[in-house]
Amino acid sequence: MEFESGNSQLLSKIATSDQHGENSPYFDGWKAYDNDPFHPTQNPRGVIQMGLAENQLSLDLIEEWIKKNPRASICNGEGLHAFKNIVLFQDYHGLPQFRNGVAKFMAKARGGRVSFDPDRIVMAGGATGANEMLMFCLADPGDGFLVPSPYYPAFNRDLRWRTGVQLLPVMCQSSNNFQITKQALEEAYQNAQKANIKVKGVILANPSNPLGTTLDRTTLRSLVTFINDKQIHLVCDEIYAATVFGGPSFISISEIIEEMESINRDLIHIVYSLSKDMGLPGLRVGIMYSYNNTVVNCGRKMSSFGLVSSQTQHLLASMLSDQEFTDKFVLENCTRLANRHEMFTQGLEEMGIRCLKSNAGLFCWMDLRHLLKEPTFESEMSLWRVIISDVKLNVSPGSSFHCCEPGWFRVCFANMDDETVKVALGRIRMFVGQRKDVEVQVKKSWHRNLRLSFSSLIYDETMASSPRIMSPHSPLVRATT
Amino acid sequence: MAIQIDQPSVSLSRVAVSDTHGEDSPYFAGWKAYDENPYHELTNPSGVIQMGLAENQVSFDLLEQYLEKHSDGATNSGRTSGFRENALFQDYHGNGKLYGTNKRGRAKFNPESIVITAGATAANELLTFILADPGDALLVPTPYYPGFDRDLRWRTGVNIVPVHCDSSNNFEITPQALESAYNEAESNNIRVRGILITNPSNPLGATIRRTILENILDFATRKNIHLVSDEIYSGSAFSSDEFVSIAEILETRNYKDSERVHIVYSLSKDLGLPGFRVGTIYSYNDRVVTTARRMSSFTLISSQTQQLLASMLSDKQFTGSYIRTNRERLRKRYELIIDGLGKAGIRCLKGNAGLFCWMDLSTLLEEPTKEQELCLWKLMLHEVKLNISPGSSCHCSEPGWFRVCFANMSEKTLEVALRRIHDFMERRKAH
Repeated sequence: MEFESGNSQLLSKIATSDQHGENSPYFDGWKAYDNDPFHPTQNPRGVIQMGLAENQLSLDLIEEWIKKNPRASICNGEGLHAFKNIVLFQDYHGLPQFRNGVAKFMAKARGGRVSFDPDRIVMAGGATGANEMLMFCLADPGDGFLVPSPYYPAFNRDLRWRTGVQLLPVMCQSSNNFQITKQALEEAYQNAQKANIKVKGVILANPSNPLGTTLDRTTLRSLVTFINDKQIHLVCDEIYAATVFGGPSFISISEIIEEMESINRDLIHIVYSLSKDMGLPGLRVGIMYSYNNTVVNCGRKMSSFGLVSSQTQHLLASMLSDQEFTDKFVLENCTRLANRHEMFTQGLEEMGIRCLKSNAGLFCWMDLRHLLKEPTFESEMSLWRVIISDVKLNVSPGSSFHCCEPGWFRVCFANMDDETVKVALGRIRMFVGQRKDVEVQVKKSWHRNLRLSFSSLIYDETMASSPRIMSPHSPLVRATT
Repeated sequence: MAIQIDQPSVSLSRVAVSDTHGEDSPYFAGWKAYDENPYHELTNPSGVIQMGLAENQVSFDLLEQYLEKHSDGATNSGRTSGFRENALFQDYHGNGKLYGTNKRGRAKFNPESIVITAGATAANELLTFILADPGDALLVPTPYYPGFDRDLRWRTGVNIVPVHCDSSNNFEITPQALESAYNEAESNNIRVRGILITNPSNPLGATIRRTILENILDFATRKNIHLVSDEIYSGSAFSSDEFVSIAEILETRNYKDSERVHIVYSLSKDLGLPGFRVGTIYSYNDRVVTTARRMSSFTLISSQTQQLLASMLSDKQFTGSYIRTNRERLRKRYELIIDGLGKAGIRCLKGNAGLFCWMDLSTLLEEPTKEQELCLWKLMLHEVKLNISPGSSCHCSEPGWFRVCFANMSEKTLEVALRRIHDFMERRKAH
């Protein structure tokens, strides 16, 4: 047995690989923010963080509820009686009241059109943990999962790193607003077959990150037919379900399977979380919901590796069973998101910047193709560097989401207050104005179906996303501190 | 809910259909019997007493008192801005205050080298992912915590090769046993990547002596492998002098060769807070720290819990007094059970730590076999109505030993349990 000298040989292949995705050129954006974070009074010329998909718009509602419900905490006089039972509780089934509360909230986020069985709710360390857990349950190392692009950058880490599963992108294009087509799915599937990769399923986020759009009924039905015909799994990451702020209304996979016949429900799995809908990423509430009993049982055992703190379960059990509160919260949260979205996209439109029409999420998918020197990813990177260093906004370039067309950027708008949004818009306005003065050769001859040729189905690590997109650092700066 | 496990209609992963989760062992079967018929002083005095659960319930009152006095600081209700920061705080560097202050006595710890995880369960699995490839092995001295079979092997694909210890020398880990296990792995073409020890030991309830720790570290260095020291019971040593951390050994060696050493800690045993899921990894290897921190994204601690504990643990007066009192109560509890067992004619391994004792019932076995041990275990469960853990579930190579927990119940309940054992032994004498 050979041992190399030095430190690194002592670690596993997983440890020494780059699949955590944090070594990438995109780190610059986050570094720039960390080194020079915007503050309205102390650092008004700092970088504004628009690369973090956090929902900070409705925390005051939650704070108010907590003040009014001291019993939900086990740390004060009112709630202390529950302390002993809660601190001892490490049963991986989770507190029944917690599961009931989550089931109710999930139903609420879907307009009450479907109900969820609390016994199918399995805890995980955030949606991050839930997604990984599902891969461990559904696929062996080397197997593949189809994922429509553009997609959340951290899927590369979450779904692949420790599981050994491969991600096979399904290309979506702006020509049809990035919708998932049957042809694209089939093509990706066939390519996998040719490369001898066993496809175990499809995974996608609905509402979509980064697009901010929801899937329509036709697409959903077509997806279900596709996976059912091939008897492969479908994982729907619905963590943005309650951020749908406008029409068309959200349709969950849970609704579709009620409508369709002869679907093998053992193939259907949902990932949920409170990090986006409620704005509570720090509480690490990840949920795996499967219609497959074996997966539920297996997942439950695996949840030992990422249980939700019983203290948090207890708090949320109380909060989520307060129907009056959750009704109010969901409504108010959506209103605020709608207003913010409107404010931001209107502002952009006035400067001639369009965004993909969206109805959900904490971000918009901004079209800056007209600002590229050339329709290439190199140009996209150049433009991105300029936005970081000159405009001082940390936005996320489309290539980090594995978008096949250059020029798109995801811009988050729910992690700051109104004033900061205005500052950001002001900066963009100035930048666009300056840019118009510079002669830009927009190549109108580029093909409508521009597609970057990927020589490999397996994602090139250099296209991996910024580390901080995967491991966010919460910007604690607010305009009114 | 009906469960179809044998023939899933659609294929799941090998990990999903394996039974490496280990839940089919007697360790867990006993719990089921308890769940179905749990003892209660008033409502079910003839129910099964749970002595298979290593929980620390002897010092709750101290925690509750602290919280009553400090409810404004520790909760979210008094400080609205505090909640907001908490709710958003998912930086995987964790809450610095929590870990800088949470360290025992003599060794120095650098907060930057601490990685938080949701429980020691996650910490052990995470380290295994980092230190070993699928098919590799970790050496683990027997008897060991049954949960390791799942935590170290299930999703990682790593093997456990046991380092056999026996009663001839009080189950201490010998250099010969280490060599023998290493050679066995080699002869099976299995690459050994590290050794994982639990100190204080579960299930032995004893600390590892300084000399033995030195031997183990020397062995790891000679073989150029890792050493993971699971020290989650360190605060449960009955006397603080008795516990020596691997960190102290490293300090005396000026941290030479320390990058192979990693320590796992948790608040589940020492503070009795298993529900909070608070685990930590401390590594002397920067690459391990960095990688572990990235991996911890899958298993972070709720920021709400981090904040509560940061407050609590930075109160030096509180933690000092808690640890002292807790040790003393555990010691008294230990003496109570040893005394009671002694009166029933039962010997235990001499213990000095932990929430359990290692009981020798080998003389009650008709034959020194695992099957006989399991028969005796079933008898204890169904006739004596005590759920204790058979040594075989801890991979003990000598039949007849049982782990008996004593800190997860009131003194009264412990006395009931002792009486039942006493009566059981009397009945056996009479036959």
